Amino acid sequence: MNRYTTKLRALGVACTMAALVFGTTNVQAEDTIKVGVLHSLSGTMAISETTLKDTMLMLIDEQNKKGGLLGKKLEAVVVDPASNWPLFAEKARELLTKDKVSAIFGCWTSVSRKSVLPVIEELNGLLFYPVQYEGEESSKNVFYTGAAPNQQAIPAVDYLMNDLKVKRWVLAGTDYVYPRTTNKILEAYLKSKGVDKKDIMINYTPFGHSDWQSIVADIKKFGSAGKKTAVVSTINGDANIPFYKELGNQGVSAESIPVIAFSVGEEELSGMDTKPLVGHLAAWNYFMSIDSTKNSAFIDKWHEYTKNPKRVTNDPMEAHYIGFNMWVKAVEKAGTTDPKAVQDAIIGVDFPNLTGGTSKMLPNHHISKPVFIGEIQDDGQFMTVWQTNKLVDGDAWSDFLPESKPIIADWTSPISCGNYNTKTKKCSGQVFK
Amino acid sequence: MKANSIKCCLRLSAILMLVFSLAIHGDQEIPPASKLQDALSILKQGSMADRELAVNQLADLGASSLPILQALLDGKLFTLKSDTSLVIGIDNNHGYTLSDALTGSEKGVIERSAVTKINLTNNLRVALRKIIGQLQLSADDPAIRLAAVKAMANEEDDNTQSLLKARALIEKDEDVQQAINVVLLLKDMNSSDKLIRIKAIDLLKEQNNRDVANRLNAMLEKDETGNFIEADSEIRSVAKAALIKINSRLQIYSAMETVFFGLSLGAVLVLAAIGLAITFGVMGVINMAHGELMMLGAYTTYVIQQLMPNHLGISIILSIPAAFMISALVGILIERGIIRFLYGRPLETLLATFGVSLILQQSVRSIFSPLNRSVATPEWMSGSLQINDFLSLTWNRFYILVFCLLVFMLLLQILKRTRLGLEVRAVAQNRTMAKAMGIPTAKVDAMTFGLGSGIAGVAGVALSQITNVGPNLGQAYIVDSFMVVVFGGVGNLWGTLVAGFILGIANKFLEPFSGAVLAKILVLIFIILFIQKRPRGLFPQKGRAADS
Repeated sequence: MNRYTTKLRALGVACTMAALVFGTTNVQAEDTIKVGVLHSLSGTMAISETTLKDTMLMLIDEQNKKGGLLGKKLEAVVVDPASNWPLFAEKARELLTKDKVSAIFGCWTSVSRKSVLPVIEELNGLLFYPVQYEGEESSKNVFYTGAAPNQQAIPAVDYLMNDLKVKRWVLAGTDYVYPRTTNKILEAYLKSKGVDKKDIMINYTPFGHSDWQSIVADIKKFGSAGKKTAVVSTINGDANIPFYKELGNQGVSAESIPVIAFSVGEEELSGMDTKPLVGHLAAWNYFMSIDSTKNSAFIDKWHEYTKNPKRVTNDPMEAHYIGFNMWVKAVEKAGTTDPKAVQDAIIGVDFPNLTGGTSKMLPNHHISKPVFIGEIQDDGQFMTVWQTNKLVDGDAWSDFLPESKPIIADWTSPISCGNYNTKTKKCSGQVFK
Repeated sequence: MKANSIKCCLRLSAILMLVFSLAIHGDQEIPPASKLQDALSILKQGSMADRELAVNQLADLGASSLPILQALLDGKLFTLKSDTSLVIGIDNNHGYTLSDALTGSEKGVIERSAVTKINLTNNLRVALRKIIGQLQLSADDPAIRLAAVKAMANEEDDNTQSLLKARALIEKDEDVQQAINVVLLLKDMNSSDKLIRIKAIDLLKEQNNRDVANRLNAMLEKDETGNFIEADSEIRSVAKAALIKINSRLQIYSAMETVFFGLSLGAVLVLAAIGLAITFGVMGVINMAHGELMMLGAYTTYVIQQLMPNHLGISIILSIPAAFMISALVGILIERGIIRFLYGRPLETLLATFGVSLILQQSVRSIFSPLNRSVATPEWMSGSLQINDFLSLTWNRFYILVFCLLVFMLLLQILKRTRLGLEVRAVAQNRTMAKAMGIPTAKVDAMTFGLGSGIAGVAGVALSQITNVGPNLGQAYIVDSFMVVVFGGVGNLWGTLVAGFILGIANKFLEPFSGAVLAKILVLIFIILFIQKRPRGLFPQKGRAADS
């Protein structure tokens, strides 16, 4: 009994000491502005998120070289939520309460964002979310720098329908919230364009699915009904390689049944044997291969920072680049890092993106972006075959779902609401269900 | 400066020589060499529309431009960054062996970064294939002719048709003749003469051909206004009857296909589970790091492929013993270092090996980066064995099926005929008795665990050919492996084999009706119910050893 109490006491002392040590560092670091980086560095999602952590460190480093922000240096606080969704919320709380960061850049999967959402709203923090997502959300505290469905999925379908004359559609996805919602929107959109129900095939597979034989055989059968067929793929990272391999082996070429993917970028391609993928498509707001002075400067910096001339850049990296610089501009405009002031100041801020246009932060906390469609080449890069002629404004609430059609998000007064029904003139919370 | 002018002279003389040689044969009015040059200079320019124009110009030049077009389609046509000339590059160990696109003269070897590839879009690729098909229709190799005819299958312009008709008269190879006939009959289905159409349908319904099924399906469709695309009701009924006939054959083939899919999924399951059948089945150790041992095998394949990038086939075969050794070594280390202290404490073993699995994952992540590594598939393992248009078996799956059976047989023989096998069985049946008979049980434990782990490594080599090689590879298979072993009956290798195949086939037959997610759930529910009825699995162990 006695031994245990001594042990407990020792533990208590250790804790206090630890707290003291951490406390003092906090006091010492008062003259820096802290920026939280909330990306998984271990677990399943490390494959995608580690790169974004490096991107953030590079951007912060660069800003410090330019003299920091408001006369102070920026300091990155990197935490590892380990691909564990509840841990994302805990780590976000830690960043906001313990480290007192001014803004958080992070999350990849929608479920991690949803897990952070209540924390960030409760503590009134700022989150910049850099990944394409399913929409149907607009939080006062989140800035969505990735694509909303109307900035990726809808233009992609338009391209297939108008340029490739596709008449029959396979919507294939991994079984979770992003593909489910995106496919719901796409199905409604296709139907509104007069596509018959029997010309749409929807298929979901578990995470990391590796046996695609019968699904590819099904797609092949579905595609042999005498109409041009395409696959719209929201298949998540890891399952893609076996999927494309099986397509190649069963003789489904991009010429007969093209696959357009929303989750396959340069980073994913660098880990694939690209032979069976050549000619298949992807829709993004940025390609590494796009020729612009800003882009090549960014790529050079990235190679220099990572000391690896073979590292690729991708779309979410550009989203962080835009998001971070918009935040910097907004802080300068507001003259303070106070989240509330920044929230007001950032709306309307614009910043040149890497592909030659100028993106703008909209009142619904999404940004305007160009849309590119590229064909995969055997060097793992994309060749742009189509692009929108101007930037597309991100739409939080899809106009193609009947239940979200009347809803808008507008964080400027007088509406100041993320879920405002234009018919009933009512604001109902921030997350729509 | 001097070198440049010499180069220039050389090129000029090369062009002159070409012009000369062409002039000797020349019967065209404009020298084709300049036409060729024009087309090539357009090809070099950026825009895709230009490229299409250039390709069509090249097509008009006839067979002489075939090598260039073929190189373009194969992605072997480049521009030199130094002087923007067009070259054809053949990949070798260190870079490209170049030859001039215009003259065909050798231009030596150059590193990969010194050239830019001429890119293509899908539309252009389709157009190219058709043009090459037309040019290759009189090639010597019947296989090339067959491919050429197939590339033209959906072209209905008169030019293609007349080319094919002319070829049909002189074609000697039976397969090619047949293929030409099908294409011509497909064209006849659009004829204005009703009788020709009916006759075409009648002849085509015996063909196992996807294009035929496509066309018949399209005939029975309605257009936007609600009218049938095929206006004549008599033809529609003939088409419908033909389609029913084709579909009934299609169903038989698709059932055969599903069985093959099931067997190949089963083979993967068996490969993943068979190592576990030894460690879990024979030794009773719950090894949660089993999946990671497979991952190590897959990474071994990757490393060996990196060491010999130009011998894909050999590297795969070499990977098999290498992966076995590495995974076996790691397995023995795990057994000696951790598991031997935990025998008879299954829960602790489970937790400890789970910890090991996390350590292995994270160390791979640190060494190789969290990104997936790309393992290339050798030529003989990609593509499929085309039995007919409705049935094709993919080579990689086929080889894995054969490989799985080989591994199984080998393992069975090891356990049955070698001294190690005898000792393993003795220890598994009665440890104390075996010890009393002088069998070094500790050593046997280590060897057995090493054997099971090594087999897992070998399974990893097979997996590297069908799925991602990444830190999470093992996690995807661990649950499936346990499922197979438990279902088959713990401690019985034959049980594992049969269980793997049954689960694979059941999964594949369920998938089309229920979707992949539900199929997996249904199989799991089935196993749970089955275990309730027969707790010892399909092939339970009998005798006193089983009771202890």
